[in-house]
Amino acid sequence: MSSSPALDPRAHDVVGDRRVTMLVPRTGWSSIELGELWKRRDLLLLWACRDISIRYKQTALGVLWAVIQPIVMMGVFTLFFGHMLGVSKSTGNVPYPVFVFAGLLPWTFFASSVTASSQSLVANASILTKVYFPRLLMPLGAVGAPLVDMAVSFIVLIGMMLITGVALGWSLLWVPVLVVLVMLSSLGVGIGFAALSVSYRDFRHVVPFVVQVLFFVTPVIYPVSVVPERWRWVLSLNPVTGPIQAMRAAVIGGVVDTRSLVISLSVSLTLLVIALGYFGRVERRFGDVV
Amino acid sequence: MRSDLAIQTQALSKRYRLGSMRPMHRSLRESITEGLSRWRRTRATPTKASESEFWALRGVDIEIAQGQTLGVIGHNGAGKSTLLKILSRITDPTEGRVALRGRVGSLLEVGTGFHPELTGRENIFLNGAILGMTRAEVKSRFDEIVEFSGVEKFLETPVKRYSSGMYVRLAFAVAAHLEPEVLIVDEVLAVGDAAFQKKCLGRMRDVANHGRTVLFVSHNMAAVEALCDTAVHLDHGKVVQVGKPTDVIAGYLRGDESTRKTPLAERTDRKGTGVLRFTELTVQGPSTQHDIVRCGDEVKLQARYRCPHGPVKHALITMVIYTASGQCVTMLNNEMTGSDFETLPSEGVVQCRIPRLGLAPGGYTINVFCKVNHEIADWVQQAGEFTVEAGDFFGTGRLPPATHGGVLTPQEWRIAA
Repeated sequence: MSSSPALDPRAHDVVGDRRVTMLVPRTGWSSIELGELWKRRDLLLLWACRDISIRYKQTALGVLWAVIQPIVMMGVFTLFFGHMLGVSKSTGNVPYPVFVFAGLLPWTFFASSVTASSQSLVANASILTKVYFPRLLMPLGAVGAPLVDMAVSFIVLIGMMLITGVALGWSLLWVPVLVVLVMLSSLGVGIGFAALSVSYRDFRHVVPFVVQVLFFVTPVIYPVSVVPERWRWVLSLNPVTGPIQAMRAAVIGGVVDTRSLVISLSVSLTLLVIALGYFGRVERRFGDVV
Repeated sequence: MRSDLAIQTQALSKRYRLGSMRPMHRSLRESITEGLSRWRRTRATPTKASESEFWALRGVDIEIAQGQTLGVIGHNGAGKSTLLKILSRITDPTEGRVALRGRVGSLLEVGTGFHPELTGRENIFLNGAILGMTRAEVKSRFDEIVEFSGVEKFLETPVKRYSSGMYVRLAFAVAAHLEPEVLIVDEVLAVGDAAFQKKCLGRMRDVANHGRTVLFVSHNMAAVEALCDTAVHLDHGKVVQVGKPTDVIAGYLRGDESTRKTPLAERTDRKGTGVLRFTELTVQGPSTQHDIVRCGDEVKLQARYRCPHGPVKHALITMVIYTASGQCVTMLNNEMTGSDFETLPSEGVVQCRIPRLGLAPGGYTINVFCKVNHEIADWVQQAGEFTVEAGDFFGTGRLPPATHGGVLTPQEWRIAA
């Protein structure tokens, strides 16, 4: 046997120019195969495109739905929180609607990504039991459609800023970087839930609940300044707090709370590493359990 | 691995815990209480089959040289699908190892990942990528795929508007243009019209002629014989015979005398007082052949019995049907239907008639059970087995896909308002 050592179960040997794949029982925490993932990048792209193109097929308003939702939510929050509860006084020079909308965009992206990637494995069980590809492609690809939705809404945000006279600054250039950070935090949560929900269908109920709770402990509809100073670090433990705050600062101006960003980022990277580890560990059972 | 081999399995084994195969929708609470209830069940009926582990494959050694076409045959539950799933990397082996040379493409189904809302063109790219092609590869073979499928005119139409024939042709066309070194194929040829099947067989032969290796699982003996240069017969997770297709198929159809089960009358793995003993259990369809029936057939389950101590009164007879993987499907019982056997003569046959069999194709086993005077008289697990072949249950020639449940039910559709 010109095979690879048992320590590396999926290693490839090059014999002539034909590679040998070994399949042996895997045990313990096996790592995610990044090489394999890269080889199948076309599938990742096509999978994300599939989601995007079926999302608004046969809907009268089409992609407008991506915009309608955050706009309606903005209206509701402006009415109740902005006016009735008086949060609008704490948002400084920026009109409350713009403030909320700038927070709702990354939040909606986060929330839909978490929801979509959590469900991706169970929803595609019929594919997972028929053909092999790195299973991680499913939760990763699920982020594509929410990303496109956010891009569309972003155009509306820019329009709103032009109308209300909020200045467009160079800091807007940071937005792509911050989008990646929001994506990382949603993937950490989403991949973890995706793997968990394969064995435990309970997470179908847990995910919407967690997302809802997170919404209120994330400074989306209120500025972090309404929270007492000594408790603000608790908000930063939420992986999406830092990126959302920073993104809002980049868009409508304001100071980036670096400490909060660093804390959130550390939490979200830790979550991502744990989620990937767990995913790799249970990945080999998906074919039997899904 | 020898350099001329494309696939080599060594002591390949796969164990399923019946408990973990059963629940499709396991919840956290179930997971926690499962241990407890299993323990309790163990206490109650220590012989229950679901307690045991189930080896779907046990010590399988197969060597396939490059360019060879291997047909895998065997009864349902013999381990064919498990072998395919391991080779396709859908599931891990429990023991043993597999070496595969080159890129592996597996077709356990045609049209995996097809989305009804997407157009033919979009689905070609998506399905191609799912099967393992890059976008560039699909693009370079796109015209060939379209030509093979014969749906040129409908490329921009969502596939939900396709006829089922067009759908299958497009799906197979994509799959047929996957050009891996090793191609693993499951029963996909059982779809489409005869002309298209012929085209598919031709395409597979082409693949083999180009020095690629094909592993082909089928119940279609004619296809195995026509396509394969070697065949392997699996039974109960083990290799029974490897060799020329004609020999292996003959062996499979003959059935191996030595592995045939002990007659029911001579079984000792039974419980009960013995005032009634089952001696033979047969499943009879319209054909003369025993224990092979088709969906939609009128089926008679017949249990021959003997009562050593004379006739018995008010016997309660139960038959429980399990799938080959051990899942309980249904219970047949004379008390439920209100058929009281006031007196059973000391020797005879009890029959349970099923007017129209609503079980999906597959292998099944039957447990029989008899109670007389509230006491177990006889109880034999896996007292009989039978195979359900595809049949025309609905009178339309269609059956639900194997992934969508094991039970067929008569149904009527209409617009209700």
